Formats: sequence, structure tokens, C-alpha cells
Amino acid sequence: MTEKILEVEDLNKFYGNKQVLHDISFSLNKGEVLTLLGPSGSGKSTLLRCLNGLEEFKSGTIIFEGKKVIPTAKNWQQLRQKIGMVFQSYDLFPNMTVLENILLGPVKVQKRPKAEVEKEAKALLKRVHLEQYANSYPRQLSGGQKQRIAIVRALALHPDLMLFDEVTASLDPEMVRGVLELIKQLSDEDHMTMIIVTHEMNFAKQIADQVLFLENGTIVEDTPGKEFFEHPKTKRAEEFLESMEF
Amino acid sequence: MGHSGINVLFEGRNFTRLLGGLWTSVWIAVLSLIIGLALGALFGVLRTSKSRLVKVIFRIYLEFFRIVPTVVLLFLFYYILPRQFNLSWPASVMAVIAFALWVSAEFSDIVRGALISVPKIQRESGLALGLNKWQLFIYVLLPQAFQLELPATINLATRVIKTTSLLMMISVMDVINVGQQIVEANNQTNPNGVFWVYGLIFFLYFIVDYPLSLWAKRLSKRNEA
Repeated sequence: MTEKILEVEDLNKFYGNKQVLHDISFSLNKGEVLTLLGPSGSGKSTLLRCLNGLEEFKSGTIIFEGKKVIPTAKNWQQLRQKIGMVFQSYDLFPNMTVLENILLGPVKVQKRPKAEVEKEAKALLKRVHLEQYANSYPRQLSGGQKQRIAIVRALALHPDLMLFDEVTASLDPEMVRGVLELIKQLSDEDHMTMIIVTHEMNFAKQIADQVLFLENGTIVEDTPGKEFFEHPKTKRAEEFLESMEF
Repeated sequence: MGHSGINVLFEGRNFTRLLGGLWTSVWIAVLSLIIGLALGALFGVLRTSKSRLVKVIFRIYLEFFRIVPTVVLLFLFYYILPRQFNLSWPASVMAVIAFALWVSAEFSDIVRGALISVPKIQRESGLALGLNKWQLFIYVLLPQAFQLELPATINLATRVIKTTSLLMMISVMDVINVGQQIVEANNQTNPNGVFWVYGLIFFLYFIVDYPLSLWAKRLSKRNEA
């Protein structure tokens, strides 16, 4: 289980003249969970968005499944079927039912037969206990339900890597658990490779195989999960963990 | 026999002629709207392009059709362009072309405005599912924009229907033109007929336009629900 799925080397990103990511390098093994931690504005989300081409980067290399990513619009469009992403805001398409939301990618992008995908989508919905909402519209669902469906929608493309961008940050605390449990399940049962940006420290502690601690666009620490929470290597990470008071 | 003049409406074939004129106005409006909305949707999408050249071209296109009065447009398409290009198409066809281009210009601005007000995250989550640019427009952005632009679109449709009253300027036999012929033919015998003829035309325009505004209201209510 040490096959590398993702390697990032010396990634630099600018907004105008301001450098927001400095020489980011790390790698991720298949089946493992990487969490990106750090104070607000440290560049976690920006880094995540660079990994599926939603943000352009100035220099550096991304190697995904052994192949160097040549960052053209077309290549990213292909790669995004392999690299799923779920966002902070519930981003379901309001003009489509839950089922249509899930089918869109597999049927229109991957051109898989609709009947087959529909069966799979329903099984996925059942797994997240939302099968009764297949024909509902997103506006009829709660935030937590929408977020679980957004995860299902990304899974329906059969990604090899999932990116989670603060997926519980705008949820009511009561809704957070269901979403986090689902992510935990994906790791434990499906061995899904994931990169997670989160402020839920307890959750990160449970799930992280590896932690990248970022500040001001720089990786301050790259430490195995358990170790990071018990014996952070740097003073800065220690302070950060204390300030989170979890 | 009173002299209210209402009998003017029912003399000979007057009433059917007026309805025929209305039909001409309606089909020209409907055809122009169908062509104009389709073109306008495409132009609206192009106007969100990153290319400055494309943006400038369609901006000029919009401003041209917005600034030039519709009568002048009709004259341009009926009198000037056919002579320049040696065309001899009927006035109603030229009217459809002029109206369709006008509608496409106005609608491109409505579509552009609606597209840029679809939240950015919708666009990104579409991209994150691997949609390409056109799939993103077709499945995600345009349907959502459609709801936002609906009131303005129906407003545009009612304006187009009202503006068909200018068709008489290029001698299309629309409802106003027919009405005026009837008024002139009966002016000596029935000076009050004019009120009835224009009153009927008012009523006819009302029954064409009012259902549209009812429809708009119902749809936007459903959107809110």
C-alpha cells in the first residue's frame, strides 16, 4: 500500500504580485488520508483548488498516478473525473433533482449507460440514508443532507482521489456528524484516498494518516497524523493546536 | 339607428380583416422572438467569454440595436439593405429579420447579466464534475440563468408585440394598418368609428399581452416556492 497516487513538487502560486503558495512539496500514498491544517488564510483551500485545476499555479509539478499533469483546460477536464471535489457551500445544482445531480457527471461526461448509473446512484443514496429524496429538489433538503448528496455526486464518477474543502464549515453543528461519519466510512471501508481541509480537529485526529500544517502559504510541518497531534515538531503547530482547544 | 359608430367594426369583412391583421402582427412577433431568443442566448454566452475582441464586438452589436430607433431599423431593412444587396423579399420577412436581430441584441444582455449572477460555486462544482465548457452552460448555467432572466424576457416579448404596431411603416398589413384603412374608408359616413376601431385594437393587444404577464407572474411565483 505504498503506491504513490499524487506527488507535488515546488508548487508556487501568485495572486497578482502576492505569492500565496511557496514551494509546496508533498506526496500522498494510495488509500491514505491527508489533512491540510492551518490558520485561516494559510493557503489550504488554494492548494486544494490547485490540485484539480480550479486555480492556476505559476510553477511546480503535479504528478497524478505516475503522470505529470500538463495543466491545460482539456487535461484538467479529463482529470477531474478522477479527482473528485466537494466544497464548503452546498453546491448541488438547484435546477435538478437529487438523482439528476448525481447522474449528470457519469452520464454526460463519462457517457456511461443511464440505467446502470441510476442503479448505482440509488445504492449510494441508500448508503447515506437519503434514498427517499432521489426525486426531491435540493431546496427541500437540509444542509447536511445536501452535503452528503454532494459527496455521493462526486463518488458517482468513481474518482481515485477525493478533495474535501471545509465541507462541514457552513453546516449546523448537529448536521456535521453525519457528514464526517460518511467521510470516515469512505476511508475505513472503501480505502478512498482523500485530501481534507478542515477545522474539525477531533475529526482530523481520527482520520489523518498524514498532516500538512500550512502557514502563510508554506508547509511548516509534514508529519504522520497521530504524531502531529501528540508531538508536533514545531512550536507554531503546537500553538495552533492549543488555540483550537479541542 | 344610433350613431355610436360600432357598426363600422362589423360592416362587410372588417372584423375578420382586423383579426387577420392581428394574426400578422402575432406571427411576426412570435417568429422574431423564437429566432431572436435563440440567437440572443448564444450571443449572451459569447459575451461572457474572456476574449476582449468578442466582448467588444457583441457590445457594439447590442448598443447599435439599442440606440437605433426601431422605425429606423425597419426602414434600414426594408428600404436600404434590399437595394444595396439586390434582395426582394417581402416586407414581413424583412420585419422578422429586423426584429429578430433587435431581440437577439436585447436578449444577449439579459442572458449575460443572468449568467454572471449565477453563483461562482455553481460553475466550479460543474467543472469539478468534469463538465466541459459547453456542458457547463447547457446543464448548469443556462437553466439557472433562465429562471433569473424570465421576468425581463417576458417584458421583452410584450415590448416586441407592442412594437409590431410600427410594421405599418413598411406597409405590412398588420392590425394597425388594417384599422387605419377601415377608419379612412368610413370617416365620411361614420366619424365616430375611429374610437371603436382603435378601441378594438387596444383590446386585441391587451388580450395578447395580458396572458404573457400572467404567465410571467405564475412562473416567478413557482420559482420562489
